[in-house]
Amino acid sequence: MGTFHQGKSELHGITVVVDTDGPEIFVGRCDDVDDRGVFLHDVDVHRDGENGRSKEDYVKRAAQLGVWKKHDHLVIPNDRVVSIRRLGEI
Amino acid sequence: MPYSELMVKPMREELTSAGVKELRTAADVDAFMAEKSGTALLVVNSVCGCAAGMARPGIRLALQNERRPDRIASVFAGQDLEATARARGYISDVPPSSPSIAFFKDGELVHFIPRHRIEGRDAHAVAGDLTTVFNENCLVPATA
Repeated sequence: MGTFHQGKSELHGITVVVDTDGPEIFVGRCDDVDDRGVFLHDVDVHRDGENGRSKEDYVKRAAQLGVWKKHDHLVIPNDRVVSIRRLGEI
Repeated sequence: MPYSELMVKPMREELTSAGVKELRTAADVDAFMAEKSGTALLVVNSVCGCAAGMARPGIRLALQNERRPDRIASVFAGQDLEATARARGYISDVPPSSPSIAFFKDGELVHFIPRHRIEGRDAHAVAGDLTTVFNENCLVPATA
């Protein structure tokens, strides 16, 4: 038994990694993906090289236990998005 | 804001009917965590069907395994706020997520399944992860 969310992206409710064309990479729970961008809840953001970690180092660490959110909600514009991956598949 | 208790009741019962003790207060959590010996499973239950809808049946399946934790309990995120906050205090090195599943051995957290390891998977896959942990850490029950 659970809740149902009609009309949302297939990634609705899934924790995703959104990589961008810049230094930022985001991990958050996807609410929706539409013409405007990727809508995320409970979002952490990492900048390439921050704390001595590359984007991939950060993603590997996030895949183990999750992330500490820095933002309740964020929208990543589509023209910045390079890839969207499911964190659970990393 | 918590959901209607009427809506949540079946989600609570999906676990309690499988032998999971529900912890509704911080005192309940403290009492559960005070017992350090042996193995314990602590489930952070959740309303969200995207992940919790698979977590609960996965846990039910896993609890049919011969080797099981000595003690099994749950708190309900978004509903029993005080109990959930206290439970998260016992795993404060781990980012909060719900649903999630923490496995303790002799009072130490030895395995954690965060929400993103439940999302998009079916109950058998979740149960498979749990039974692997049970088989590695839990004793075979003594026969009568």
